[in-house]
Amino acid sequence: MNETLELQHPKQAVARQRSPGREKPVTTLKEHIIEVISDSGEGAQRCGQSLGSIAAKMGNGIWTVEIIPAEIRPPARSVAGASGNRIRIGSARITNGGDETDLVVAFNEQVLLGRVRDKALMPGCIIMLESMWRESSDAAVVSSYVETYNMLVAAGYKVYEIPMEKECRALVSDARRGKNMFALGMICSLYSLDMKLAREQIALTFGKKNQSVIDQNILLLDAGYAWGEANLDFKYRIPAVRSKEAQIVVNGNTAIALGVLASGMEICAMYPITPATSASHYLSDVFEKVGGVVHQAEDEISACAFAVGASYAGKCTVTITSGPGYSLKQEGIGLAVMGEIPLVVVNVQRGGPSTGQPTKAEQGDLLTAMFGSHGDAPKVVIAPSTIEDCFYSIITARKIAETFNMVVVVLSDAGLATSQQPFPRPKFNESWIAPPIDQTAVPPGAKAYDWDATTGLARRFIPGQPGGMHTLTGLAHDRASHVAYDAETNEEAIHYRSLKLAALQKTLKAPPVFGGDEGDLLVIGWGSTKGAIEEAVEGLRAEGVKASSMHLRFLQPLPPGIKEAMQRFKKVITIESNWCDRPEDEIIDETNRRYSALAMLLRARYLVDVDCWSEVRGEPIKPSSIRRVITEKLKK
Amino acid sequence: MNMAAHECLLQLHDEHFKLEDYQSGVPRWCTGCGDSAILAAVQRLCRDEGLRPEKTVFVSGIGCSSRFPHYMKTYGFHGIHGRALPIAEGVKMARPDLHVFVNTGDGDCCSIGAAHWIHAIRYNMNITMFLHDNQIYGLTKKQASPTSPRGTKSNTTPRGSYLEALNPLTVTLGVQNVSFVAQAADWIPETLFDIVKAAYHHKGLSFVRIIQRCPEWLPDAFDPWMHDPKRVLMLTHENGIKLSSGLAGVYTNQEQHDPSNMNRAREIASCIDPIPVGILYRNEEVPRYEDLRRSKTLRTTEYIRAGLESEFDKVTVWPEESQEQQAA
Ligand SMILES: Cc1ncc(C[n+]2csc(CCOP(=O)(O)OP(=O)(O)O)c2C)c(N)n1
Ligand code: SF4
Ligand SMILES: [Mg+2]
Repeated sequence: MNETLELQHPKQAVARQRSPGREKPVTTLKEHIIEVISDSGEGAQRCGQSLGSIAAKMGNGIWTVEIIPAEIRPPARSVAGASGNRIRIGSARITNGGDETDLVVAFNEQVLLGRVRDKALMPGCIIMLESMWRESSDAAVVSSYVETYNMLVAAGYKVYEIPMEKECRALVSDARRGKNMFALGMICSLYSLDMKLAREQIALTFGKKNQSVIDQNILLLDAGYAWGEANLDFKYRIPAVRSKEAQIVVNGNTAIALGVLASGMEICAMYPITPATSASHYLSDVFEKVGGVVHQAEDEISACAFAVGASYAGKCTVTITSGPGYSLKQEGIGLAVMGEIPLVVVNVQRGGPSTGQPTKAEQGDLLTAMFGSHGDAPKVVIAPSTIEDCFYSIITARKIAETFNMVVVVLSDAGLATSQQPFPRPKFNESWIAPPIDQTAVPPGAKAYDWDATTGLARRFIPGQPGGMHTLTGLAHDRASHVAYDAETNEEAIHYRSLKLAALQKTLKAPPVFGGDEGDLLVIGWGSTKGAIEEAVEGLRAEGVKASSMHLRFLQPLPPGIKEAMQRFKKVITIESNWCDRPEDEIIDETNRRYSALAMLLRARYLVDVDCWSEVRGEPIKPSSIRRVITEKLKK
Repeated sequence: MNMAAHECLLQLHDEHFKLEDYQSGVPRWCTGCGDSAILAAVQRLCRDEGLRPEKTVFVSGIGCSSRFPHYMKTYGFHGIHGRALPIAEGVKMARPDLHVFVNTGDGDCCSIGAAHWIHAIRYNMNITMFLHDNQIYGLTKKQASPTSPRGTKSNTTPRGSYLEALNPLTVTLGVQNVSFVAQAADWIPETLFDIVKAAYHHKGLSFVRIIQRCPEWLPDAFDPWMHDPKRVLMLTHENGIKLSSGLAGVYTNQEQHDPSNMNRAREIASCIDPIPVGILYRNEEVPRYEDLRRSKTLRTTEYIRAGLESEFDKVTVWPEESQEQQAA
């Protein structure tokens, strides 16, 4: 970026366009969804993130979702190349990305076209489109722009052409790089946002750069604001109520990394993979400040084995990955199960199978998480359903892992990974932190796997403990950790490793039912769909529909009380982001239909006729889709 | 080496250990298996060095050789095929106060675990590793391994193996950060012990390839070398291995080799016949990954809390009043 300050003050630059004395009508909204999109590298993501932070600081509820192209640098002006951010701003708390977009700022008509084709935009929504393409020297660009513009207008969209480039060029030499802050200023004007907070946000965002960069971006922000004030004939306001308690605003992956910090874990072993990597990026930046280590291993097999080794040596360790990497870790996970070594494995799910959709959300790994590895390998599976949950689930995972000497899999997904939502600033609690490594002498005669007959739990001996010497092995073994192939011992050990899940289950509470305790339909979900499901249920209940929902945080073991809750409803359906066969398909019937993962588990465990509905479009399920599903299910 | 706080708390009075303090169970290896010689050398090392059994960990993969930890009365970790090195690295990173050893076979290290082998050399953690190279897959009943000489008849290569053998010494010496490479033969126990000892004392990843006989599957593979001492090139040096007069009389094919000489080490490593025995390369200056990565500050709860709160501060939206307090 060109870092020299230039020329005119924005006030002068726009003065000539201002028509003095005209007061704009301000429309008050309950909420709005705003999207800022550009070619990648043009800064729409930064613009959107800043917008989210400003609104959050004003006290608005927000949920931001990153729009990420699959390729790092897709060709400029390409339909599949939209990069940016989608920000849902509301007066009250916002729990999900919501439905279609109400207002979009697009830096070119091609990325916009991509969003239109994805049906991301509300029919007839407001479009603020960079107009420079109309005057391009390339005739093909001009005609594509004009054609798209005319098509959008004809389709009923309210298209405003904004000379962003031109306005910015009057202020800075590299307008392409500065446009995003101009756009931010314009949006601040449109939504009556606090410009003092906006300027502070820029200072924070560019804090690592020098002052002239900050000044230049503030200049552009002010220019955008002034342009909006002078040239747009409408204005919105989304009233905000500032929370009485401190909130933090982070995305799901940062929350996971903060959870690692707070859990007292000391080592994270990983191998880069989208969409999990940003958690490790953040952790790499901050972990050393608290004496932690992020080890980037040569592959996921190694990362998992490294984590198992570190955990074995006394420090419960975390390994963070996504689908393909999770597959590679399976043998190591089985070893941890067999050796009863605590281990936290975070799987930020993406679209699969194989390389699938690296940047897109899916809930396709539930069964793999539960039944992965080979043989009988019981492990705990938990799924955060909010950004706040991402933080606390890691602390919980570490605790369970060490209490039960088990592998705990935390299933997040690409949706949570990049979404931001404010939540109460956690109040540090000493009990989050792992106790120091036990180095006391082991009583004479004690055995390395002295399984408790009721719970299957055994105290673990850690290297350094005098008298505890034994060889941990992935082979079948007896209480003394001696290799044992005999039938009795093998079955005994499998028995106790399995009992630990039941012991954990006994400590769990029944999941609450959202809505009414009984009724016509119970919707069950897990993971990132919580906000959307509850919003849909809440909306329908207001219209008198007797639907409720239940969201599961523990998937293995399943908490008590689920069957009883299901029995209080006439119908039960799961809503998930993993495939289930469509009953309307000609050859699909009850004898061959593949159910969604959770539905399959609930049917098998509770013998209740649980139906399922799923969507695997790579994007978060919208509350409106869920409303439709519920309504249809109740009609059947 | 920096010490962990709890290590300083140990009583440091003189203790004498006996061989039995390190012996556990009866090895299940075939009679005449070279692994037994390695076990004897390592148990002697532990006794002579007075390694506290509870502070010592042997990590292995899967294979006949990987049974090794079960026969040591120390802590042991009999892992999964090919992954002994990353497990050991995790142990060392978490607990630099422990003595960490790795036992791995030629299939375990040079085939399924090859990626980890290359990277373990780069990490150069303070770990002593023994490659039990019998040039065959023992446990799974005779399949060719990457180090099987071309023409080796096995169950998967009944008409002889097709490829030239991989040379673990040249491979190791070719990797950045290599800091200790030695070769021993199980049938020369005295030198085997000297090499094991030198490897233990090296600060960094000590790579010791031990040519190990497998009488079960390749009964006469090493006979030509065993029966003709001239086909062993003894590497001696004041900074390397010194031969006793008895041994020097038998192994007359000797070379004074300075282990700091990388170029000559690589030449020697390329030599397959005679087989070199001794320390090929040693460099104490290579930094160790755990030293580079581990924090020097004690991780107290207060320390962690302060770090966490300062991260929260960066992303906190304060309520109106307290923001003013912050400013004041
Ligand atoms: C993932 C996996 N693949 C294959 C095996 C089967 N397996 C066990 S040991 C071994 C080879 C052992 O050869 P080597 O490492 O040379 O050890 P040795 O028995 O010769 O000491 C194989 C292929 C396994 N245990 N795990
Ligand atoms: S099969 Fe070979 S390597 Fe395995 S124990 Fe027997 S002799 Fe040793
Ligand atoms: Mg072998």
